[in-house]
Amino acid sequence: MDVSVTVNGTHQSHDVEPRTLLVHYLREVCGLTGTNVGCDTSSCGACTVHLDGESVKSCTVFAAQVDGQSVTTIEGLADTAPGDGMHPMQRAFMECHGLQCGYCTPGMVMAAVSLLDEVPNPNEADVREGLEGNLCRCTGYHNIVKAVLSAAEAGA
Amino acid sequence: MIPAAFDYIRAASADEAIAALAEHGDEAKLIAGGHSLIPLMRFRLATPSYLVDIGRLDDLTYVRDAGEHLAIGALTRHRDIEVSDLVMSQTGLLAEATRSVGDIQVRHRGTIGGAIAHGDAASDIPAALLALRATVVSKGPNGEREIAIDDFFSGFLETALDETELLTEIRVPKVPDARWSFQKFNRRAQDWAIVGASILLDGDRAGVGLVNMDSVPTRANAVEAALAGGADAAAAADVAAEGADVPSDLNASSEYREHLARVLVRRGLEAAGRA
Ligand SMILES: Cc1cc2nc3c(=O)[nH]c(=O)nc-3n(C[C@H](O)[C@H](O)[C@H](O)COP(=O)(O)OP(=O)(O)OC[C@H]3O[C@@H](n4cnc5c(N)ncnc54)[C@H](O)[C@@H]3O)c2cc1C
Ligand code: FES
Ligand code: FES
Repeated sequence: MDVSVTVNGTHQSHDVEPRTLLVHYLREVCGLTGTNVGCDTSSCGACTVHLDGESVKSCTVFAAQVDGQSVTTIEGLADTAPGDGMHPMQRAFMECHGLQCGYCTPGMVMAAVSLLDEVPNPNEADVREGLEGNLCRCTGYHNIVKAVLSAAEAGA
Repeated sequence: MIPAAFDYIRAASADEAIAALAEHGDEAKLIAGGHSLIPLMRFRLATPSYLVDIGRLDDLTYVRDAGEHLAIGALTRHRDIEVSDLVMSQTGLLAEATRSVGDIQVRHRGTIGGAIAHGDAASDIPAALLALRATVVSKGPNGEREIAIDDFFSGFLETALDETELLTEIRVPKVPDARWSFQKFNRRAQDWAIVGASILLDGDRAGVGLVNMDSVPTRANAVEAALAGGADAAAAADVAAEGADVPSDLNASSEYREHLARVLVRRGLEAAGRA
């Protein structure tokens, strides 16, 4: 079936099988491999992208469901912010050492940006609860939370 | 994992969805948020031949004040319910139970109608709707009907809906002065409840719904009767597991669940102000 999606501001239209999951559509059809797959159980959040601006787990959405909608992945995030090619959340992760192996990072950053959109001035508990759908196997949660709080303070 | 192949049908209205269900019978399944169905399809525990997508029926996405009750469209997403001022002020227990569903990404997609229609005893929403004594509205080829929440859950992952019916609205009585508490015991932040308890105290009326204490979402009739008879929190909570056919699984034995039910109901009653 034909699926048309605006991905990172670019119109994409492809003939895909209805069972194609959004994450596979993004990685294999659009060639955007920044979005990771970390589990088979909708638990880890590594695959988090924005669907019409809201965080969703792209492994638990069919590409067919989002026909006509707009998706932002980690590759498109920097474009939404002015400056040196990095979104303030990405910079905050770098500055606060919010990543180790980096596998969970694209999902963490996307979830964090969506969280600040909905809860602009979070406290530490809000951030921890808001990111409960994202697992970090390197267990670097402490610095991840710090990064999100610092981005919030900087008005990301 | 990849789900088995299926044909995809986007329904533009409730009537189109009903017609597609009527045409394809038990080979077809509705998909709303997909956050119960897609995980099942990925494990091939569900292999429908047709998926009828109702996820974008915007006319079934709303929270409205309908006088005695709030009317909530079946396709309303968990996150929209959780942050609704109307839900918070008129049926706060539902907002609280909704907030405990999975994580924010799950709540951006999952719908209240899907959470009920799935008929899962482990889901948080049905227990809250039992405590609140909600009514659901379904629509089929012969028009609409109302179903009391107590008559809705008929067996393990089974409900009173027929194959060609769609849930359209949830009616939740307004209880702005009630005290309430939602108690959930799980191992990790985003997990499902091992046991949960929804408590509503509205004047001398009490509603108590339990999560994961039977093969279907359950009302704790014995606790409600004890409260009506004037029992205190501890005495009422003591009968929390009475009459339930309590499951035993990887997470907990039935004895442990019975213990959790008593503890959570007592905590919930105390948090809601029952001495
Ligand atoms: C990682 C994860 C964690 C979760 N944690 C929790 C939790 O802690 N607590 C909890 O309660 N839930 C939890 N859930 C489930 C979540 O609440 C689901 O969103 C919800 O159970 C189903 O809603 P849905 O709209 O996604 O339904 P779908 O998956 O689209 O549908 C579920 C079933 O209902 C049927 N259906 C859907 N809508 C209708 C309708 N309007 N009329 C008739 N039939 C319909 C479908 O045919 C299907 O059989 C979790 C889910 C995930 C993925
Ligand atoms: S890959 Fe999507 S939640 Fe783990
Ligand atoms: S940085 Fe390694 S999984 Fe999070």
